[in-house]
Amino acid sequence: MTAPQALPARAPAGRNEPRERVLEVDNLQTYFYTRGGLVKAVDGVSFTLGKGETLAIVGESGCGKSVTSLSLMRLVSEPGRIVGGSVVLDGQDLVGLDESTMRTIRGNQISMIFQEPMTSLNPVMTIGRQIGEALTLHQGMSQKAALRRAVEMLQLVGIPEPAQRIKEYPHQLSGGMRQRAMIAMALACNPKVLIADEPTSALDVTIQAQILELINKLQREFGTALILITHDLGVVAETAERVIVMYAGRKVEEASVGDLFEHPMHPYTRGLMNSIPRLALMRREAGPAVERLQEIPGIVPALTNLPQACTFAPRCAFADDKCRGQFPPYEEKAPAHWAACWHSDRLTEAGDAR
Amino acid sequence: MPDSGPDNLSDSLHAAAPPVLEVQGLSKHFPVRKGLLRRTVGHVYAVDDVSFSIGTGETLGLVGESGCGKTTVGRTIMRLIEPTAGAIRLDGHDVTSLGKVEMRPFRRQMQIIFQDPFSSLNPRKRAGDIVGEPLQVHGLLTRAERRERVADLFERVGLRRAQMDNFPHQFSGGQRQRIGVARALALNPKLIIGDEPVSALDVSIQAQVINLLMDLQRELKLSYLFISHNLAVVEHISHRIAVMYLGRIVEYTDKVTLFTRPLHPYTEALLAAVPVPDPKIKRDKRVVQGDVPSPLKPPPGCRFHTRCRYVVARCKEEVPALREVEPGHHVACHLR
Repeated sequence: MTAPQALPARAPAGRNEPRERVLEVDNLQTYFYTRGGLVKAVDGVSFTLGKGETLAIVGESGCGKSVTSLSLMRLVSEPGRIVGGSVVLDGQDLVGLDESTMRTIRGNQISMIFQEPMTSLNPVMTIGRQIGEALTLHQGMSQKAALRRAVEMLQLVGIPEPAQRIKEYPHQLSGGMRQRAMIAMALACNPKVLIADEPTSALDVTIQAQILELINKLQREFGTALILITHDLGVVAETAERVIVMYAGRKVEEASVGDLFEHPMHPYTRGLMNSIPRLALMRREAGPAVERLQEIPGIVPALTNLPQACTFAPRCAFADDKCRGQFPPYEEKAPAHWAACWHSDRLTEAGDAR
Repeated sequence: MPDSGPDNLSDSLHAAAPPVLEVQGLSKHFPVRKGLLRRTVGHVYAVDDVSFSIGTGETLGLVGESGCGKTTVGRTIMRLIEPTAGAIRLDGHDVTSLGKVEMRPFRRQMQIIFQDPFSSLNPRKRAGDIVGEPLQVHGLLTRAERRERVADLFERVGLRRAQMDNFPHQFSGGQRQRIGVARALALNPKLIIGDEPVSALDVSIQAQVINLLMDLQRELKLSYLFISHNLAVVEHISHRIAVMYLGRIVEYTDKVTLFTRPLHPYTEALLAAVPVPDPKIKRDKRVVQGDVPSPLKPPPGCRFHTRCRYVVARCKEEVPALREVEPGHHVACHLR
């Protein structure tokens, strides 16, 4: 195996020139009205997405990353509701649209792939018909033309013998092949935005590498903007250009992938990076690994009763009275690097613990 | 930081006492039945001729992808599944074919922690009773003594005494896994089998549980068989590692050797596939193609040959034996 080399941070193409915006999310609020109380699953999340850009949304379970993506697709179901904000896709606000108009957009201009392909594929419909369905529905293709296109799509996503496979049912495919079929289906109508919610988390590591490679390749070919929802910092580092870190329903940090990994400005981001064990090939300096992993003490707070203060304060080593009393503003701490923390400067001084 | 523990420890131990666990030629073939008469039409070769040993205070990591048989190995050792062939020796005693009653004293010496902290705890029992149950089953200690022991265990794994009367749903995922650890410790076992014990946890919680397991090992001289698909976690916690592919061990050595000089093409492919959480590190990434073949019809010869980039004619016909190619480094590959 070749030794890892430290290279200068990869500058994503066109990072500094403004890109055409395809998606603008502003102050999105999705709340769940449960018996246990009001759950602010997504609370004031804003971001933009450029054409062909890859944005990763990172966080642990319950941080609101999946509800964010479901909100963009307008797939939040009772007792959840989008109570505020806007999701503007190519000039059109999706939040106010009625369901029938939304149906012409979903799967056409914005699509989604899910973690577990088996639960999102219809088990009693052939692969070919499932891919073709979107094409007949949104693009007015005939059944025959749609099937032909389905074969092309399967070929594109690297499924062998596509003409044979379109006649098969989801259970006849392996996990990796199913995820490929899902991707074919999501991209069939050439959407402007593709949301991938933990697309490789259910897959084995060798298959994960294949699928990530495929998503990257297709995104380049199709020019699709990609929102990648994941908890895996490795996947983020290898795939994304820009990253949003979420905690307890809010954005806590946002930066280019290079800046985020080099100088995390929020203690939670840094905690995440330090709590994962790294293989020898993932370390910059040779030498023995750390003996003990750094922990983030405590647990994620319940979303029903969040304090009007920094939600990470109870787990944070830097927390003081200010943090426990006032919510930190979401500020630009360095050019194009945003964070919600009172003590980002102290974090920078404390240096990189890796 | 001096690397005081793991690697040196296992070396010195090998010379000394008999291993806590020794597995030899372990195989498990599940029959596949079909039709009205449930006739056996084939076998799933879940585990095929697997051998390894674990010393006192040592952690052996067992890695591989889904369907490679690593979970079956763990459950067969626990005798939750009966092996088809092979021998399991616990502290030098052959426990492979012991009956239920004869097995009982040995059961106390090995315990298992499962992956899913949500389904492995009875939701209708109090946490304290869950942890105390093994003591009760084995008829150890009086009621009051049991409660005291459970309270000790709670504190040892980082839970509060007061939480003994709570039900599982009142705990977070990480805390539930701590309950699972406390339950496994109740009988003072020598060996704990962890079957993906941290895989269902968030990364910030995962670190807490890994640290707990490593602290307990130091304090109690526990031996672990740590089953996981996460290479970084396995490297962190293990002293030695066995890599499995389609029911067989393909490489088996200490962790430093495995991660710096992997010899089996599958190990190499696995390492190359792990995404690196550092955008500054760029690697030559050769993605291994194809799917894992079905264990129902494993390929002849070397089971990895259908995906191996070094494949030669011999690989397709002849099964490579696991050979010691350098001291302590075992590889099953014709080309090494």
